[in-house]
Amino acid sequence: VYLYSDFLNLNKSNLSDPNRDYLFLSKGHDVPALYGTFAELGLMEKDRLKNHLKTNDSIYWHPNRNVPGVEFHSGSLGHLPAVAMGVALDCRMRNQKNKVLVVTGDGELNEGTVWETVLVASAQQLNNLTIVVDRNQFQANVATEDLVPLEPLADKFEAFGCAVKRIDGHDFNQLESAFRALPFHATKPSVIIADTVRGKGLPSIEARADRWFCNFSKDEIASLLKELHGDATTDLHSETLTVR
Amino acid sequence: MTYEELLKNTALADEKFVVMTAENRALVRNLPPVLKNRFIDTGITEQTMIGAAAGLALRGRVPVVHALASFLTMRAFEFIRTDVGIPNLPVKLSSFVPGFLSDGNGPTHQAIEDVSIMRGIPGMQVFCPADEQDLVLSLPKIWSSPHPSYVRINTRKSDYQHSTDFEIGKAEVVSSGTDVTLLVYGMLFDETLKAKAILEKEGLSVGLVNIRTLKPIDEKVILDIARKSELLVTIEDHFLIGGLYSILAETFLRNRMTAQVLPLSLTERWFKPALLQEVLNHEGFTGEKIAGKVIAELNKKPVSKA
Repeated sequence: VYLYSDFLNLNKSNLSDPNRDYLFLSKGHDVPALYGTFAELGLMEKDRLKNHLKTNDSIYWHPNRNVPGVEFHSGSLGHLPAVAMGVALDCRMRNQKNKVLVVTGDGELNEGTVWETVLVASAQQLNNLTIVVDRNQFQANVATEDLVPLEPLADKFEAFGCAVKRIDGHDFNQLESAFRALPFHATKPSVIIADTVRGKGLPSIEARADRWFCNFSKDEIASLLKELHGDATTDLHSETLTVR
Repeated sequence: MTYEELLKNTALADEKFVVMTAENRALVRNLPPVLKNRFIDTGITEQTMIGAAAGLALRGRVPVVHALASFLTMRAFEFIRTDVGIPNLPVKLSSFVPGFLSDGNGPTHQAIEDVSIMRGIPGMQVFCPADEQDLVLSLPKIWSSPHPSYVRINTRKSDYQHSTDFEIGKAEVVSSGTDVTLLVYGMLFDETLKAKAILEKEGLSVGLVNIRTLKPIDEKVILDIARKSELLVTIEDHFLIGGLYSILAETFLRNRMTAQVLPLSLTERWFKPALLQEVLNHEGFTGEKIAGKVIAELNKKPVSKA
C-alpha cells in the first residue's frame, strides 16, 4: 500500500513509460493484496475483482501481466529477482534514474536463484535494484525457522554484498524513512527486510500457518470484517484448503 | 564469417542486442571490449541469466544468451519455460556443444534431449544448423524473429555449400531420391553426405534433406519425400524419443499417413565419451556406418531392391 500510494513513480498514466519505477511481486501468492491495492488506487476497476477465477479474465491465484500494473507474471518462486535484475541492468545501461523493486517472501529465500541473483547483482554493483523481503516468519506449512532457518538474515544479505535495513513492515514511518533512503549504498543492491505478521489486524488468523489459504464461509467473512474494525473475535471452522 | 563476427556486427548495428553468457566464453571471447556494457557475463548461473534475459527483453532488448547446451536447456529449463516461454519474449538461446559435440565431457554435458524439451515450449523455435556456414546464414532471420529461439550452435567447418535462401520452417533439400532419403540435422550432416556418396556408389537413388528448422517443421518436404522414397532414415545425435523421429511420427499421424522409417538415434542411453571421431565410430554414426545400416535395412525388404 505504501509503495503504490506514495513511494513509486507509478500511476495510471505512466504504466508503460520506460522511466517509471518498477515493482515486481515475486511472491505471487500475495496477489489479493496487490489487486486490492490496485483497485483502491484506481489502477484497476473494482468491478473487475468479481472476475476472480472466471475464464473471461486473467484474475486468479497468481499475478498475470494482462492486468495493467503487473510488470511480470509470478507464481514460481525465486524468479522475479532475476527478471528485476535484467530490468535494472537495462535502466542503468540507458542512464535512467528509476528504481526497480522486487518483493520476495521469506520462505522464497529457500530458492537458490534468489542468492544467485544477489551475487550477480552485487557483482554488477546494481544500486538501482532493491529487494524487499516480506519477513512474516512463515512459509506455506510451517514457520521458516522450524524448517530451513534464515536468521541471521541481514548478515546473509550483507555477506552476499548487499546494503541492508531491517524495519517493522507495518509501520508507515519506518517504511517511509527506509525507502526514502534508497539506495543504501552507491555500489551495492539494497535489501529491506520488512518484519511483518501474516494476517495482521485479524487476531483470529494472525501468524497462523493453517489460516492463510482458506475458503471462509460468508458468516466467517462478515465476522472477520468486524474483527478488522476491532469489534469481534471470530470462531473459525472452515477447513484450510489443502493445495499447498 | 564466424559466429562471433556475425554476433558482433549484429550487435554493433542494432542497440537492441545484448550478449549474455553464463561464463561460457568460447563463442564470444572477443566481444566484451567491443560491446562494453551490452556484454553481460552473469557467472555460472544459467537460471539467473535467463531470468535477467527476460527482464532485458521486457525492456525491448534482444538478448543472445550463451551456455553449455545441457545446462542451458536443463538447469535453466523452468526459467526458459516460465520467464521466456509464457510471455513469448525474444530471448535467443545459443547452446554450446550440443549432442555429440560435447564429445569427451561425459553424460553430464550431453544434451541429447534438448530438441525434445525445447520444442515442447509453446512459441519456441528450434534450429540445428549443419555447420558454420549454415549457422551463419541462418542466424540473421532467427535473431530478427519476434519469437524466442533455441539454436544448437555448430561452428564446424565444411566444404559443402549450403543454399543461402534460409527460411524459418524450411528444410534444405540437398537431393531427391526414390530408394532412400536421409533426413539429418546438425553436425551429422557431413557424415550423412559421406553416407549418401557410398549409397550412390551402390547404385541407389538417394535423397538427402538438411532439416535445419526442427520447429516449425517443414511438413511439406517430409510428406513429399515420404511419397517419393521407399525408405526414410532419420539421423540425429539425440535420444530416439522427442527428436526428429518423433516429429516424423507426429507429422505422419496428423496427415493420416505412414512410411517405412529407420531411426538412427540414441536409444535409452547416453553415448560413450571420447573424442568426436571416436564417438561417431563407436556409436555408429560415421558415413560408412550410416550407409551400412541403410543397406542392411533395404536388404530386409525384398521389394525395395534397386
